[in-house]
Formats: sequence, C-alpha cells, structure tokens
Amino acid sequence: MADDKKRIDHPTGTETVGHEWDGIEELNTPLPRWWLWTFYITIAWGLAYTIFYPAWPMIRSATAGTLGWSSQGQLEGELKAAEAQRAPVLRAIAATPAEHLTGNPQLFQAAVEGGRAAFRVNCVQCHGSGATGSKGYPNLNDDDWLWGGDMGAIHHTLVDGVRNPDHEATRMSLMPAFGRDGILQPDQIQSLVAYVRTISHQRKPDAMALQGRDLFAANCAACHGPDGKGNRQFGAPNLTDGIWLYGGDEATLTETITNSRAGVMPRWGEKLDPVTVKMLAAYVYSLGGGEAKKVQTASR
Amino acid sequence: MEQLVLKSGGWLLVAVIAVIAVAASADFGFSVHMAIVAIAALLAMTAGLQKANYFAFATAAAPRKADHSRYDDDPVRWGVIATLFWGAAGFLAGLYIALQLAYPALNLGLEYTSFGRLRPLHTSAVIFAFGGNALIATSFYVVQRTCRARLAFPTLARFVFWGYQLFIVLAATGYLLGITEGREYAEPEWYVDLWLTVVWVAYAAVFVGTIVKRREPHIYVANWFYLSFILTIAMLHLVNNLSMPVSLLGSKSYSAFAGVQDALTQWWYGHNAVGFFLTAGFLAMMYYFVPKQAERPVYSYRLSIIHFWSLIFLYIWAGPHHLHYTALPDWAQTLGMVFSVMLWMPSWGGMINGLMTLNGAWDKVRTDPIIRMMVMALAFYGMATFEGPMLSVKAVNSLSHYTDWTIGHVHAGALGWNGMITFAAIYYLAPRLWNRQRLYSLRMVNWHFWLATLGIVLYAAAMWTAGIMQGLMWREYGADGYLVYSFAEVVQAMHPMYLIRAAGGLLYLAGFLIMIWNIAQTIRGNLRQEKPLSDAPFNPDADRPLPAQAAEQPAPLPVPANEPVAQPIAAE
Repeated sequence: MADDKKRIDHPTGTETVGHEWDGIEELNTPLPRWWLWTFYITIAWGLAYTIFYPAWPMIRSATAGTLGWSSQGQLEGELKAAEAQRAPVLRAIAATPAEHLTGNPQLFQAAVEGGRAAFRVNCVQCHGSGATGSKGYPNLNDDDWLWGGDMGAIHHTLVDGVRNPDHEATRMSLMPAFGRDGILQPDQIQSLVAYVRTISHQRKPDAMALQGRDLFAANCAACHGPDGKGNRQFGAPNLTDGIWLYGGDEATLTETITNSRAGVMPRWGEKLDPVTVKMLAAYVYSLGGGEAKKVQTASR
Repeated sequence: MEQLVLKSGGWLLVAVIAVIAVAASADFGFSVHMAIVAIAALLAMTAGLQKANYFAFATAAAPRKADHSRYDDDPVRWGVIATLFWGAAGFLAGLYIALQLAYPALNLGLEYTSFGRLRPLHTSAVIFAFGGNALIATSFYVVQRTCRARLAFPTLARFVFWGYQLFIVLAATGYLLGITEGREYAEPEWYVDLWLTVVWVAYAAVFVGTIVKRREPHIYVANWFYLSFILTIAMLHLVNNLSMPVSLLGSKSYSAFAGVQDALTQWWYGHNAVGFFLTAGFLAMMYYFVPKQAERPVYSYRLSIIHFWSLIFLYIWAGPHHLHYTALPDWAQTLGMVFSVMLWMPSWGGMINGLMTLNGAWDKVRTDPIIRMMVMALAFYGMATFEGPMLSVKAVNSLSHYTDWTIGHVHAGALGWNGMITFAAIYYLAPRLWNRQRLYSLRMVNWHFWLATLGIVLYAAAMWTAGIMQGLMWREYGADGYLVYSFAEVVQAMHPMYLIRAAGGLLYLAGFLIMIWNIAQTIRGNLRQEKPLSDAPFNPDADRPLPAQAAEQPAPLPVPANEPVAQPIAAE
C-alpha cells in the first residue's frame, strides 16, 4: 500500500520512500558519503585508542593499553619533573639562613617567587591577594611593622606566629582591656581617645586631649612609648603615623581601649616546611617594607 | 454520581493522609511538601465537584464535550501554557543567578536566595519544567497526528499533565527549602522521585497506547525519538535515584551507591539526561515541526534510521567523560571519551536531516521567521554536538573541566537548540491549537528571533572566553615552576565576562517575554495589523519580457504582488 505513494520529489529529484504521516513524506536519499566516512573514521580512531590506552574491562582488571599510560603515572611524572626543576634552588635556600638570603640577589629572587605562590595558598585569606590586609589584618606592603621588618624578624613572626597559646616562642603581648576591666572610667577613655587622635593629627589639641596626655603617660607609654611611636618589642603599634590596624576613628579607638585587641596568626613553622616559610619571609620582605638591606624585585 | 462521590472521597483521603504527614513529619521541609500535596488534593477534589472548567481561557475555542472526530488537544494546550510559564520562571532565575555571580550581594544573605539553592531551581525549571512540558505537550500533539489516532487513556493524559506540574512544584520548593539529594539534575528527594515515577509510567502508557492503536502502517521517526526519550529517562531516573530514606516521614535519603560508583551512576544519568531528554526528545520535535513548517519531505529516511540507532547506542556509554582525571579508573574514562567522539556523526545526522529538509524551500529562511528559528536551532545543535565530543577528549577536558567553558557549551545547546526549536514548535502550534487564522504577529517572532540569537551569541562568546581564560590562568606556571595566579585573581578577571553573560541572558529573556505576549494575543484571537515581513514580494509571472506584439498595445498590468506569506491555517 505504502509503495503506491512513491514519487519523485520535484525540487530535489529524489524518490520518496512512499510513506506519509500527516502530510510528511521522506526522501530516500542515500547516506551522505562524507558523513558515513567520518563516522567510520571516528570508530576506527576509537578502536585504535582503546588499544593504546587502558580501556576494556576484563574479569580481574582492565586492559592496560600498549603505551603503558596511566593518569596516576602521568601525575607522578609531572610532579617529579617539577620537583627536579626546583630542587637545586630549594636546596640552596635551605642551606642559607633567612637573615643572609638578601645577600644573594639571585637566590633571594627565587625565594620571592616561591613565597609569592605559597602566599596565594596560605596567606591571602586574611592578608588579601595583594597583601593589603584588612581590618585586624596588617597591610604587608607598607613599612609600618608591628614586630619588625627585617628578614630575621619577619621570619620569626612567620615561624612562631602571633599570640599562639601554649607556645613559648610566639610573638606575645596583650593590651589591657582598660574599660572592661575597670582600669579606666568611660570619661577617661574618651580623653585618651581625644589625645590619641591629637597625636595622630586627626584632632586639634584641646583641654580634653590635654587630660588624655597624662592618662597616656600613666597607662600607655610603657608599651607605646612616651611619644606614642610604638615599640616593636611588644608589638605595640605606632599611634602617630595614620596607619591603623583596626581604625583610628573615635568609635573604633574607644572599642580598642575599652575591650583591647588580640589578633592572632598561626605559627607557620609547624604547618609548612622550613624552606617554604623562608620563601614566604622573602616574599613579604620584598613587598616594599623590607628593612635593613633593601632589595630590588620585580613587584607585581 | 456515585463515581463522583468515590472520586472526591479519594482526593479527600489523600488530603487527610497528607495533613497527618504534615503533623507527624520529621523535618520542616517534609511538612511543607506534604502541605502542598494536601492543597493539591483538595484542589483536585473541588475541581471535580464543581465540574468547572478552570482552564476555559486555554480551551475557549475548543469544544467543551469530547469530540471524538477531533484529536484530543486539551493536554497539549495546557502544556503550551505551562511551557511558557515555567520558561519565564526558569529564564528569570537564570538571569538572577548570573547577576549573583557578578554581584554576590544579590544572595541577600538568605539561605533561600543563595546561589546554591537558586542554581538547581534554574537548571531544573529550564530543563524539566520548560523542556519537559514542551516535550510532553508536543509528543501528545505529534503522536496523535502521525498515528492518526486520538490519545489512548485520555484521563491518564490529564493526570500526566497535572501530576508533572505537582512534581515541578515539589522539586522547586524543595530546592528553596534546601531539600536535595545533591545529585546534579536529579536533586529531588525520594518521595518526589517516587511520584515522578508514577507520572512517568502513566506518560509512557499514554504514549505507547496511542502508538499501539495507530491507524498508520508505520511508526514515524519522531515517535521513535519520543519513545527512546520516554523509556530511557524512566530507566535513568529509576537507577540513579535508588536510595534509602532516613525516615518515611522525613525528606532525607541516602544513595544506594557510594564513592566513585555513585559518581559514575550520577554522570551516567546526568549525561544521558542531556542525551535522551535534551537531544533525542527535541530531535523528535524537530522531525515533526521542521518538515511541517517547511512543507518539504524529510531529507533522508536512511539517515534517520542509521543516526537514530547509532545515537541511542553510543550515547548511553558517554557519561564517564564527566569524570576525567578523577578517581574513576582510567579504563572507564577512556571508554567515556571514545564513545563520545564516535557520537559526533550520529548527532550530526539529526542536523543534516533537519537542515537538508529545507532543500527546495531555502527561500523560507528569508520570509518565515519560524523557519529561521528552526535553522538557528539546528545550527546551534550542530555546534554543541561538535563541541561536546571535542570537550570529552582528555587533553581538551584537562583545560575545560570545571571552567565556564562547560557552562557556555551547555547554554549553546540549551538556549540555541532546545530553546529555539521549542519556540518554533510553539509558534507553529498556537494558531492550530486555538483555531486561529495565524499568529498575532509574525514581526514579533522576528524580534524574538534576533533578541534570542544576539543573547546566545553574547552568552556563549562570554563563557567561552571566560572558561578558556579561567582554565589557562589556573594552570599557568611561572619560570620558577610556581602557579602564577591565585583563585581570587581568576574570579576577578572573569567579572567583565559575567556582566556580558548577564546581558545575553537579559536579551534572551526579553525575546521570550515578547513571545509570551504574542502567544497570549494569539490565544485571545487577536491579529496584529502589520506590514508583511517580506516587503519586496517576488511575482514570477510578472518577471519576464513582454511578447513582441504586446509592446504596441498598453502593457497589461502585472499581477498584483503576492499576498504576504501567511501562516498556513489550521488544517483540522
């Protein structure tokens, strides 16, 4: 019955198959040659690939492929090659004390590159991808250091961390919570805030600030210094330079003096290998604030 | 009467059981879902009692009583409206999460509006709500016409429609409430899976039943594709969702598989959801609507056979290419890759058969924006099915995997192929389903075409660029052997691409809103007075030299220019 409807389609000159559904007919066009041959080629390629690479599951294990390739083997090979490439440099860095790294510009540059990579993985979460820091996390690009900015000091801070409980060598200092612990009354704290804002050039000296000056000498100067320029021995920040870890506005200073601050940093000496820590120190040193011997590095 | 009482009693019972489940449920999400089930049952009961036709607006032009001399098109009409509704929801969700990626503040700090919950809402709304309704509606339309038979089990067909909508509502609310199996494209929990299984079996029964009672000697190629889609999705859904509920009154369940076997099962499902839902199902649409709209025979019957069988045989093995360079054994990765590459030509068979069907009617690309949409859909289908095998090659995949290149690839397929072919099919269907002379406006179709095309181009170009850049930045090593970029720097670099992507999505959504307006007006029976699209009509009778003796007499007036190429009026 269906064959009766076979006809030659006018514009294409091709015969129809003779079926018809809801007015739809089908032409009996042969398979396009290029289509068929490309299909054959992909099948042939697929079969060949399964000979060279692990492919067919057997009873106990799969065929391994004639090339002996495995993804684990590839990974191991690439890791080994990378390790071999870095090994001489890493050995040299390991043999050089942190303080002496800056004396060898080529080695120092290599350490900076390694530190840059390690910084991206371990440090950006708090210090930011540009090491610019944020509230409570110091900016590492400037030369305002809490605990010291020469290679040895930076390395020490990295290895032993800041305010790690039960770790003797850690960077340790605690500012009293003057308000919370009742050492100072709220109005005294307001005077102190006024004085601190005066020495940081945010406020003109007035009577209130004058009151604060005496309070400062009695309560703060021991750590922050009589002129408020800070003391790295205690990690006490310089209060006169306009650089603030938490903020220099009235509300933040009031909060800082009332409840104190005690930011922490992990002791990386226990988490990372010594060479990586050393390279991190070199990278932080290179960011612009490194002290003692300045070293030129290509900064990004 | 007794039957009505029995029916209403049944719905009431379901509602009561659901209310009890609300009270006894182990977690908040489950009680919300049971409340939705109770409301659905009460709605069904009320609708049955009042015998009211709530969807008069959708069936206005159709006879109220079942007319057995006509095809059973009510579920198709509802399906078209549901497709438009869910499409708008899905596209809007997509635009919103695209903006969230550019501006994280849009997460609003609420769990319900966070990217993690809205993203599956978007993917499922587009694939299963928009695409699924389009597939069910068109399959009911096509199977009747190509079998010359009314739908088998008409009540079941209505159940399929409403049951599927309930599935969508449960799935969507579940995502927002955080109820998920955590399996991509198979997120709904065990009880929603069970419900979908019931609906899907009913769907298969209606479809196969209609084929069985066909009045044509042969089964048309579109129905092969619909059938492969229905049966394979059933199998995929059942196996991938095998899980053990923690409590029969709670929403949480755990998969029957563990570790890499779980991953492989999931991607066997995930990739074949693409293969059999978004490829085979929509090819079925293509095989009916392209020859109908072009009024041309299908290019090659032989090609349709070969590419159908090779497609469904090869597709089912391709899933492991989603797990390259993972804990999946190397041999399985290899097989996933070579099967994907061999899939290239079988996929292209559909494109060839679609495009070459236009042989002898290529002029319609100029005059008929619906044909233009179909051609664009097939072009994007071809692009995506070339890109797919390419991305499955391990060397390419090591760059593209986990990057936005994959997102670009998926959207070239979803927006370009699935979206465009669905739009074209609905533009074809609307005047016929609601018995209108033509669409409200063909110029609006043209606007839709260009907005959508431009949107896809922006989207795909942005994501290709973003993805390749992302992949290259992730793997870039400096001379000293260290990674050059941090993750955050890569995210920052992609921001402009995210904005372009959102702009593309906005254009695509704008085109779709025009479509909704156009279809709504068509349903209401309005015809827009507008200039015809081709304003330089060609009249072959006038396009010839005058005969010699006629030159002395006044030349006869040329035959008036063609009428605008009008939509063919509904045949039935």
